[in-house]
Amino acid sequence: MGKRVGLEVTVAVAEAVALCRIDMAGVYPITPQSHIAEHLSNLVADGKLDAEFVTVESEHSAMSAVIGAAAAGARVYTATSSQGLMLMHELLPIASAMRLPITMAIANRAVSGPLNILNDHSDIMPQRDAGWIAVFAENGQEAVDLSIAAFKIAEHKDVMLPVSVNIDGFQLTHMVEPVILPSQEEVDAFLPPFVPHATLHPSNPVTMGAFSMSDYFTEIMKAKDEAIKNSRKVILEVWDEWGRQFGRSYKPVETYRAEDADILMLTMGSMGETAKIAIDELRGKGVRAGLVKLRLWRPFPFAELKAAVKNAQKLIVTDRAVSFGGPGGPVFSEIKSALFAQARRPSIYNYIIGLGGRDMAVSDFVGMFDQVLADRAQAKADTYEFWGVRE
Amino acid sequence: MALKTWKELPIGCVVFEPGSASEYHTGSWRSQRPVWDDAKCIKCGICYVFCPEGCVQQGEDGFFKADMNYCKGCGICAHECWPRAIKMVEEG
Amino acid sequence: MIEVRWHGRGGQGAVTSVELLAVSAIAAGKFAQGFPSFGPERRGAPVAAFTRIDDKKIDVRSGIYEPDVVLVLDSSLIGLVNVLDGLKPGGKVIVNTAKTPEEIRKDLNFNGTVATVDGTGIARKEMGVPIANTTMIGALLKATGIMELDAMKDSIEHRFGRIAQKNLNAMKRAYDEIKISK
Repeated sequence: MGKRVGLEVTVAVAEAVALCRIDMAGVYPITPQSHIAEHLSNLVADGKLDAEFVTVESEHSAMSAVIGAAAAGARVYTATSSQGLMLMHELLPIASAMRLPITMAIANRAVSGPLNILNDHSDIMPQRDAGWIAVFAENGQEAVDLSIAAFKIAEHKDVMLPVSVNIDGFQLTHMVEPVILPSQEEVDAFLPPFVPHATLHPSNPVTMGAFSMSDYFTEIMKAKDEAIKNSRKVILEVWDEWGRQFGRSYKPVETYRAEDADILMLTMGSMGETAKIAIDELRGKGVRAGLVKLRLWRPFPFAELKAAVKNAQKLIVTDRAVSFGGPGGPVFSEIKSALFAQARRPSIYNYIIGLGGRDMAVSDFVGMFDQVLADRAQAKADTYEFWGVRE
Repeated sequence: MALKTWKELPIGCVVFEPGSASEYHTGSWRSQRPVWDDAKCIKCGICYVFCPEGCVQQGEDGFFKADMNYCKGCGICAHECWPRAIKMVEEG
Repeated sequence: MIEVRWHGRGGQGAVTSVELLAVSAIAAGKFAQGFPSFGPERRGAPVAAFTRIDDKKIDVRSGIYEPDVVLVLDSSLIGLVNVLDGLKPGGKVIVNTAKTPEEIRKDLNFNGTVATVDGTGIARKEMGVPIANTTMIGALLKATGIMELDAMKDSIEHRFGRIAQKNLNAMKRAYDEIKISK
């Protein structure tokens, strides 16, 4: 049976990864991910985890090392954040093109400059098109559950793709909170051993990551796009299976008091919980408000999103990153294009919130609702603004 | 040979047939060929070491020659050969 | 839900205390959050750390702006930092100091509940070090009644091993010796 304990979320994630019996970890520490690296390395040093912990000299090397180890048939793990993820960037599409199941935690943190270290989503958003499955955790329990499930999704024979588990820096990573850690037996029953689609081995040589010219490049990109789209089915299956075994099930899009809501707010990551309190407060005042939480970022859950917002008049999309000179926050532009062809769709508002660790209290969420509710002429629909910016 | 469709590609485009690059004959790139003068050759093997294509081989008699299926005619062997036993001559 | 803000200096163990408190509360079947003030860690600089404890799941993840209790680990911070900032009406202030609650009340110009205990003195006597972070957990538990003192035993033992008992003794003394003035 699992054990309910109070743990810092990074430590809980490292424990969960150890329960997945990884063969190899290549991790370079970076705030606010460092405690994942430290705790995993402790587990290996203490003999509690039989894995190679490769002390790489950079995140570029970390990603290179896990790509190599995964190609050799190992179950691998890495974790990073912000600048570290930026340094990995050029390798991310290679990992997905080689169809290597790598699980990576991203302790989401603002990208420099200026140097900041605190939480937002400006690190993951530029990696959108790397061909990685991307999921977002809302609390410590989800960070644990989604990390374990990530290995199963990544390694499924119909998927074979890398997965990033996004865990808000500090707000989640540095929080001591209750977490149910599954037992080794439970994880063993859930997660079968990794069976690679091909391995590098001297006695059975193969070529991976070969050169391709224009005669094949288009076909290879098409195959990769289909692969990540097809992963959707497996993601749903694996999360359902998790729910059956552990009693906590996950969906690509989850809602809270949304069924009869006139006005919805969409969040990703840890702010969903604080927003929930705002919803309750608004409901108490007679406002039919609801929440939509986007857990799966890639592959994008079009059908689920459309279903979740179909009855609302207004939809507030919150973004934790900026697309400078673009059409609004990256999530906003995604949602807009997902709903573009709908005959009936809500007016969509966009607030860029919580940049570089700017705290968002319940009153901030209520404030965004108030502002959008007051916009009767819909003058601000389809535009974006920076919430709380000093003018 | 018909090119494969995207559906026919192996996962991750892994090439399962080892050494299949040898099917590609880079010798067609060559405009000059190396010619060995065995009278000057001292069998030091520096041409074998420096050939970037790995196509220089030593024969039974100890002298060297290049596999013309792969020799690109780069001339590095001739440049490195200090007894000047290798000369690059125009093809054709 | 009870929300506590700890004031200390980097290196005085405020973060360790909020962690131990949260871990113990969770082990006792409660829900809790323990977290530092987010940002770089600098020894000696004024820092804050936070605890939330409740009997039901805690959803809020923003900072604590209106604490029920403020605990001051280092009384030299009074005057340097506004330790009363946002304190709820009826809130409590607990200070590690050899002064009486009345003296601190005057220093802070505060009408609510003030509790004091010489945590550093106790820590020095019981553990031989002037680090009062675990000691002051005893003061907090007495002043708030959040949990029994015994609830801390496992997490302290797990964390401190052979010096755990000294920590527990110091915690007990702070629990017994704290002076509370309403």
